[in-house]
Amino acid sequence: MQERVKKDPEREFRVVGTRPIRPDGADKVTGRAKFGADFKMAGQLVGKVLRSPHAHARIKGIDVSKAAVLPGVKAIVTRDDFKDQGSEFVPAGEMLVNYRDVVRNVLAREKALFEGHPIAAVAATSEKIAREALRLIKVDYEVLPHVLDAVEAMKPDAPVLHEDMITAGVTPPPTKASNVAKRIEFVMGDIQKGFKDADVIVEREFNTKPVHQGYIEPHAVVASVSEDGSAEVWVTTQGHWIVRAHCARLLGWDISKIRVTASEIGGGFGGKTVVYLEPLALALSKKARKPVKMVMNREEVFRASGPTSGANIWVKIGAKKDGRIVAGEAILKYQAGAFQGSPVQPGCMCAFAPYDLENVKVVGYDVVTNRPKVAAYRAPGGPISEYAVESVVDEIAEQLGLDPIEMRLKNAAKEGTKAAYGPKFGPIGLVEGLEAAKGSPHWNAPLGKNQGRGIAAGFWFNIGGETTVSLQLNEDGTLSLMAGTPDVGGLRASLSMMAAEELGVDVAKVRPIIADTSSLGYNFLTGGSRSTFSSGMATVEAARAMIKEACVRASKLWEIPLDAVTWEDGKVRPAGDNAGKHEAMDLGDIAKIAGKTGGPIVGYSAITAHGAAPSFGVHIADAEVDPETGKTTITRYTVIQDAGKAVHPAYVEGQFQGGAAQGIGWALNEEYIYDDNGRLENPGFLDYRMPVASDLPMIDTIIVEVPNPRHPYGVRGVGETPIVPPMAAIAAAVKRASGVRFFELPMSPPKILAGMKAVKANGGAKATT
Amino acid sequence: MAKHHVSATVNGDAVEFLCESEQTLLDCLRDELDLTGAKEGCSSGDCGACSVMVDGRLVCSCLVLGVEASGKSIETIEGLSDGEKLHPLQQKFLEHAALQCGICTPGFLVASKALLEKHPNPTETEIRYWLAGNLCRCTGYDKIIRAVIDAAAEMRGA
Amino acid sequence: MRYEAPDTIDAAVKLLAGEAGLARVLAGGTDLLVQMRSDVVSPDLVVDIKKISELRQVKEEAGGFRVGAAVTGAELKEHAKLPKAWPGLVEAANLIGSTQVQGRATMGGNLCNGSPAADSVPGLIAAGATATLVGPNGRRDLKVEDIMLAPRKLALTKGEIVASFLLPARPARSSDAYLRFIPRTEMDIAVVGCGVSLTLDPSGTCTAARVSLGAVAARPLLVEDAAKAIIGTKLNHAALAKLEAAARAACKPIDDKRGTVEFRIDVAGVLARRAALIAQERARKA
Ligand SMILES: Cc1cc2nc3c(=O)[nH]c(=O)nc-3n(C[C@H](O)[C@H](O)[C@H](O)COP(=O)(O)OP(=O)(O)OC[C@H]3O[C@@H](n4cnc5c(N)ncnc54)[C@H](O)[C@@H]3O)c2cc1C
Ligand code: FES
Ligand code: FES
Repeated sequence: MQERVKKDPEREFRVVGTRPIRPDGADKVTGRAKFGADFKMAGQLVGKVLRSPHAHARIKGIDVSKAAVLPGVKAIVTRDDFKDQGSEFVPAGEMLVNYRDVVRNVLAREKALFEGHPIAAVAATSEKIAREALRLIKVDYEVLPHVLDAVEAMKPDAPVLHEDMITAGVTPPPTKASNVAKRIEFVMGDIQKGFKDADVIVEREFNTKPVHQGYIEPHAVVASVSEDGSAEVWVTTQGHWIVRAHCARLLGWDISKIRVTASEIGGGFGGKTVVYLEPLALALSKKARKPVKMVMNREEVFRASGPTSGANIWVKIGAKKDGRIVAGEAILKYQAGAFQGSPVQPGCMCAFAPYDLENVKVVGYDVVTNRPKVAAYRAPGGPISEYAVESVVDEIAEQLGLDPIEMRLKNAAKEGTKAAYGPKFGPIGLVEGLEAAKGSPHWNAPLGKNQGRGIAAGFWFNIGGETTVSLQLNEDGTLSLMAGTPDVGGLRASLSMMAAEELGVDVAKVRPIIADTSSLGYNFLTGGSRSTFSSGMATVEAARAMIKEACVRASKLWEIPLDAVTWEDGKVRPAGDNAGKHEAMDLGDIAKIAGKTGGPIVGYSAITAHGAAPSFGVHIADAEVDPETGKTTITRYTVIQDAGKAVHPAYVEGQFQGGAAQGIGWALNEEYIYDDNGRLENPGFLDYRMPVASDLPMIDTIIVEVPNPRHPYGVRGVGETPIVPPMAAIAAAVKRASGVRFFELPMSPPKILAGMKAVKANGGAKATT
Repeated sequence: MAKHHVSATVNGDAVEFLCESEQTLLDCLRDELDLTGAKEGCSSGDCGACSVMVDGRLVCSCLVLGVEASGKSIETIEGLSDGEKLHPLQQKFLEHAALQCGICTPGFLVASKALLEKHPNPTETEIRYWLAGNLCRCTGYDKIIRAVIDAAAEMRGA
Repeated sequence: MRYEAPDTIDAAVKLLAGEAGLARVLAGGTDLLVQMRSDVVSPDLVVDIKKISELRQVKEEAGGFRVGAAVTGAELKEHAKLPKAWPGLVEAANLIGSTQVQGRATMGGNLCNGSPAADSVPGLIAAGATATLVGPNGRRDLKVEDIMLAPRKLALTKGEIVASFLLPARPARSSDAYLRFIPRTEMDIAVVGCGVSLTLDPSGTCTAARVSLGAVAARPLLVEDAAKAIIGTKLNHAALAKLEAAARAACKPIDDKRGTVEFRIDVAGVLARRAALIAQERARKA
């Protein structure tokens, strides 16, 4: 079932809001589309990475001499091939990275900090030889004690990963190094007073495991450095300008010398906003003077690319009898992995964002652990903190005997609400979403035996950022659109629709591509749900620039002043009777006269997109729990979310459904399992357990449209919010189905069965796990 | 050790290639025959992105050796459409927006075609179980299942 | 690595017995290729047995069936008679992996891979299947429960291969069932597996039964006490309670990434009861 709820259907659209077939579709259903590993260059070598078998070890020496003389080996790189970098933070998605860490994540320097940490890379004439060469590299490790968990890593006697890490955000600064990179705090109002006023207070501790983005396409790159030092990179990434910047920085090369082309991307969800193989491939190619192709296998993806944080979260909420929340407090401890930079800050900012509260305090800790450095994953940080807060909100509603939707409506953020992290919200669609949930067939349907229903809300900021779009009018009146934000799921469809809408042409006349870094101005990456918003904004601006130019050309042809020319219904027309009698011209006509009226016509927009607006979602989940095995089945699911304006509703629904499915995996089964030596025991899909088709029901959607006033068409980002509510919604459903409230993810069958047994043993008393 | 000389039929065409004993059929299709429509998501049989038909049987090409293809008839995603005319499954996948990133799509299409050849009128549950070996991380499967149901209906009608 | 695909068992045995290095049989390859990819095994010789017709057939024999070790799960399911006679065993074989894996995976490979969690092995054990082995010293028969000794350890000698499984003749009102517990619905390795095969008399009393458990010990188990709990009963409440208890008592599981000791023991009882009831229901109609 797919529904739409509109706030105010003021503007009538011709193309926007319809469901045309995507322009890149035929290539993707016929197997022609070229993804990262599908590209091949004549004479290419195979690159492979040697990885640390230890979770934590000092690297005393790396001896490549035997590997170097193996026939077929053309280049080897180690830490000695990369200059060290000073400490400097730069934005990447919604998170910051530090080049001092990036260079160490790409190749370990002093220490290996997680199992799978790259130690060296080899380029050889075949995969077999490359693998043999890896075996011949001798690394002298001094194995050190390791720590995997944030709470453990914060203990005073925990093994310290970085001997010089002094916690930031604490005054006075600590004198001793620790694993806590940073402490942050957001305070609003007076929580002491708030809790004093409360009729009911619930305080709970939660634990979540790291989860991987799980994109089906592994990381892959082909790099070719020519004799003059200019480089071509073909890579699967969410941001090829970011790849260019990071590679140029790590290798000390001019940015202009590196040209990066983004291949089709087989999923990213935040995980392809980082560089892993790219600098290695470039360094190897330069040394070998041949193209080098590197592709991770699935095991490497799990062991060495970034999941999102596992965390420990403590939440305390106080409310009045009528459900009004008077105070909220949370402490978040997020695993960052081997280097600082967990998404604890956005986690803190999101925690209470769905609610209009007076008294809030949130404290966060960014904690390094001997795991792969976390990368962004869909709404980084938000799902974790909002899971905990929403679970406590659900428990309070239950204690007060309130309907969980009413409880939320009583506290929901709306236009004008001051968020605990600072800003005042503009028009937002949370109340509309909750009302839609209340009226949905799902919320009002009966439940079967052993089933329970849960609901939860979620929030994500969304971002804008630097964006360039170029729109060329071709000689035959068709249009070529160049954007620079990689298309992870229908972006090209949405952009061509927006261009067609603005220009009054058929959408099939607009052919969009994702341009390489040398063909278009700078673009920040696809992340933060920004691509439809920002590239869409730039597309509309580029189209408007083209319209302006079309008017100029007509005025020249007609020899009338520019202000006597107007654009209406997809055509340039004389503005009024005084302007004279001229046949209106569409873009096809304009294209024909372009040469003689001033040359080719290009609409261009290079902007920093501002005005991104948050998107709120509400999810309803039905869970059935087998009382004898603890196995949970999701029997029905509905996603309700504010899209601002759904440009291509099918791809908006797809984002809702995909986020929900990932959330269901996070809630029920996905986790990293480590052995006592800090080695990952489940680096494959078989035991990582993402949802398969038979695990899920159809996922119903309701698109709410409360337009974002700061986007020409009202668009909000929609890609990230859908992964925020599922965990709490499912936990609430499991509670009602099983009688037990769980405070730990994943809610896997052994935990649920044990919880239910404990309740039985206690004669029905509440169990906590 | 000398490479094996393999002759097979791929999408109706006779092909020959050389391969080493360890090379999988997936490696051979992609690296030796430049048919990159079948994807490698895991190389361990878990994701189905490499799905192809071997003598009419749906398999993961990452779990078949290249040498085993000798004398066999292989069908890949590249052979699904009839010239310019898309197969009904391909058309329905497009109409239903059953792909986001599209990396899983070739595998789903090959597997769905195998399903509809055997069961022209499958239930939603049958489709979900048949396709359980094809992972999609983007779509939540909803639109994929709908596209298969719709294509099945069209193919029965046609 | 050398690849050979002989078309007789004798040739296959000769190749395997004669290899000085590491030799491996290749059936469906759904275990072997994964292990080769991840460097768990690096054989010097791989002998593909799929061209040996004897290993690829299902034949009726002695009132029962002789199933070639290299028959795939999909072929078992498509067989005209087998799914009716042995629904539980065919189900067990068909729980292995996905549709794609089904097109390749064999019961011979499932057994010889030596995993305690193999799905078709408890099914074969409950069925009372006998395996025929062929080796350099000729043929011999072994009950399936005597083949796998410990993880990755088999009773097979060098050069020996499993040629076929003999499923015995079925008396009237006999049937079987196999259930496994996995966290998802598909694509997981069993956390617990349980096969039950039984025969009822005309009054509905169980006259013969075999119960087998997988993934709860170092090898798949034949649990005689569990069978005794239901033989002579109509699978009433008390008998089922005894069956559950016997199944649980037989478990010697470990904690691992797939499940805990406590969970496995609990669920073994639940599955034994549920599988017995399904088998009973089927037997009434058989
Ligand atoms: C994605 C996926 C999911 C899976 N899910 C399951 C599951 O749910 N349940 C389950 O039980 N298994 C599962 N497996 C494992 C595997 O598919 C099964 O064990 C399968 O039955 C193996 O059969 P095969 O013919 O492919 O064996 P192969 O890989 O060909 O062989 C396995 C081993 O047995 C040896 N061997 C094979 N045949 C013989 C013979 N006749 N005589 C002597 N030795 C022999 C081989 O040398 C090898 O060591 C899964 C595998 C994959 C890839
Ligand atoms: S690549 Fe073959 S199943 Fe994943
Ligand atoms: S569409 Fe991306 S994995 Fe399926």
